Amino acid sequence: MSKIVLQVEDLRTSFFTRAGEFKAVDGVSFTIHEGETFGLVGESACGKTVTGLSLLRLLPEPVGQIIGGKIILNGRNILELSKKEMRSVRGKEISMILQDPMTSLNPVYTAGDQIGESVRLHQGLRDARVEDEVISALRLLRIPAPEQRLKDYPFQLSGGMRQRVVGSIAMSCRPRLLIADEPTTALDATIQAQYLALFRDIQKQTDVGILFITHDFGVVANLCHRVAVMYAGKIVETASTSTIFKAPKHPYTIALINSVPRLDRKDDRLYSIEGQPPSLLNLPPGCRFAPRCPDVQEVCRNEQPPEVKIGEGHTASCWRVK
Amino acid sequence: MADILLEARDLTKYYPVTKGLLQRTIGYVRAIDGISFEVERGKTLSLVGESGAGKTTAAKMILLLERLTSGHILFEGHDVYKFSKSQLKSEYRPRVQSVQQNPWSSMNPRMRVRDIIAEPLEVNTHKSKEEIRRRVLELLEQVGLAPNQADYYPHEFSGGQRQRIAVARALALNPSLVVLDEPVSALDVSIRAQIMNLLKDLQEQYNLSYLVIAHNLATVRFMSHSVAIMYLGQIVEYGEAEDLFEQPFHPYTRALMSASMLTLPEDEDKDRKPIILSGEMPSPLNPPPGCRFHTRCPEVHDICSKEVPELVKVSKHWVRCHYRAQR
Repeated sequence: MSKIVLQVEDLRTSFFTRAGEFKAVDGVSFTIHEGETFGLVGESACGKTVTGLSLLRLLPEPVGQIIGGKIILNGRNILELSKKEMRSVRGKEISMILQDPMTSLNPVYTAGDQIGESVRLHQGLRDARVEDEVISALRLLRIPAPEQRLKDYPFQLSGGMRQRVVGSIAMSCRPRLLIADEPTTALDATIQAQYLALFRDIQKQTDVGILFITHDFGVVANLCHRVAVMYAGKIVETASTSTIFKAPKHPYTIALINSVPRLDRKDDRLYSIEGQPPSLLNLPPGCRFAPRCPDVQEVCRNEQPPEVKIGEGHTASCWRVK
Repeated sequence: MADILLEARDLTKYYPVTKGLLQRTIGYVRAIDGISFEVERGKTLSLVGESGAGKTTAAKMILLLERLTSGHILFEGHDVYKFSKSQLKSEYRPRVQSVQQNPWSSMNPRMRVRDIIAEPLEVNTHKSKEEIRRRVLELLEQVGLAPNQADYYPHEFSGGQRQRIAVARALALNPSLVVLDEPVSALDVSIRAQIMNLLKDLQEQYNLSYLVIAHNLATVRFMSHSVAIMYLGQIVEYGEAEDLFEQPFHPYTRALMSASMLTLPEDEDKDRKPIILSGEMPSPLNPPPGCRFHTRCPEVHDICSKEVPELVKVSKHWVRCHYRAQR
C-alpha cells in the first residue's frame, strides 16, 4: 500500500449559534493514500463541506470550531499548528477547488495573476520564473494556448475553462492533498466528463491524494477508489467504490443508490426514502437514520450503532449489519 | 393514431444583437433554429441538452413568455397565435401550466401556501371563497402535504416540499399540459425520487401531458415517453425514449449518454470506454457551417463541415447526421 497522506481521526466540528450547538461533523475518521481519490458522498447539510473546510482550518471562527479529533497530514497534526504555520500549509500542501468557478475567482485579476499569487507566496519565485510556473500549471490542466489564456480575465473564459484555471491555482504548488468540493456540479455533462478525465490524468502525473466531495454517485463511480457515505454529520459506511455499488450494507447507502434513476435500464418507479434528514440541532439519541430507516428496530432508536467491520476496508455503522 | 395535444412546427427564435448608439442590428443569436415536436395526451416529452442548447427558450415559447420569430404552435389542432386575447385567457393559458426549476425563487416568500395555490383560481375562475378553500386543501393532499400546512410560509418548508407546493399550484386549474423546467435538479438525491414518483402518479391519475426540460439523461429516461436531444438550437435526435436510449444513432447523443452512465472503472476496461468530447459548444451567434456538431464530433467526415444534415428517419426515430443517415 502506498504512503498515507492524510489521516483524520474522530474529527468533531460544531457551530455555536444563538439557537444552540449544531454538530455539523460528529466523529468522522478516514485516511487518504498517495495517488488515491477518496469520495465523500452525501446530501445537503450532511457535513461533507464542513469536513473539507475543517481540513484547511477555514471555519468561520468563533462560530464554527473544531472541538475534537486529529488531522494528521504527512505525519503531523495540523490542528496543533499556529495560524501562521497553517498559512504555509494552505495552497502548498493542501489546496481546494470549490463548486462555482465564477465566485471562487476574482473578477478583477487575470488568470495569470491569480495562479501567480500562490506561486509567489509559497515558492518565493519572482517575475519571469513565476510566469514559467503559471504556464506549466495551465499546461497541467490542459488549457490550450496557455501564454494567451493567462492574460484573460475570468469573464472571458467559459465555465469549463474557468474551472480549469481554479484547478491550475490549486495544483500550482503541487500539493500532496487536493480537496475538491463538488467541482463539476456547475458544469455541463460533456464538460464534466472532460474535467473528470483530466483529474485522473493529473493524479497519474503527480500522485496527489484527492478528497472528492460530491452528491453524485455517477461521479463517484467514474473517479473514486474508495468512498465514505455521510449522513447527518457521521460517516455511515466506508468501502471501495465497487463494494459500495455491488454490496452496500447500510440501509441509507442502499436507499441512496436505489433512488438514483439509471440510464441503462427502464424503471417504473424509483425507490424513495420518505421524510427528511434530522435537524443537526436536535438529533435523535440513537441511530440518526432510524426515523427514516425501513429496517428500524427498537435498539436503533435508543442507542448509537457501533462501527462494524464487514470486510477488508469495508465498515458500516448499523445495528442490523453483522 | 396518437392523440396529439400540442404540436410545435418549425419554431425559431432569433434574438437581435445590437451595437452602437443607434442600436443597429449586427447579427442574431439563433437560440432556436427550426425545431418541431409533438406532445401526446397523457404522455411526457423531454427536451434534453446542455446549457445554451435552447431548451428553456423552447419551453418559454410554448408558455407564450417569448414570441416566436417564426413557426407554429398548435394546441389540439388550433394555431395558438391565431387565438384572440380572450381565447388565450380562457382556452390556452389556464390549460398550460408550469413548474420552475428553483423552488426558492418561484414563489413569493410573503404569501402563505394557501394563497400561493389559490392565486391561479382567483385570477381565472369565479369560484367562491369556500370553494377555493376546499380546492386548496384537496390539492395539498394530492401532492402529499398536510392540510394544516396551508397557513405556513414557503420558508418553513424544505426544497422537496416547496416543489410539491409548486406542483399543487400548477395543477390548480386542471391543466392538460404542464411544462416542467428542470423540476428536480435543485433537489437532493433522496428527495428527487419522491418528486419524480409523485409526478408520475399525478400524470396517470389526471391523464396529464408533460413537457420536461432536463439535462440529466437518467432522469429523462425515467420520466419520458419520448425524447428530443437538442444541440445549439436544433434537434439532433428525436424519438420514443426506449428506442432512442437502446439504440442511439447521433454521436452527440452517444457522448451525452456515456457522460451520464454509471460506469465503474473495472467495467470500463472490459466493454465500454467513455466518449470524451473535445472543446465546448460553439456560440449560437455564429454557429458552425454544415452540421453544427462537427467541431466536436469524434466521427467527423468531410461532408459534415459543408452540408447541413436534415432530420431523417433511421429505423424508428429521427436523426440529424450525414453519416448515420447513409447507413
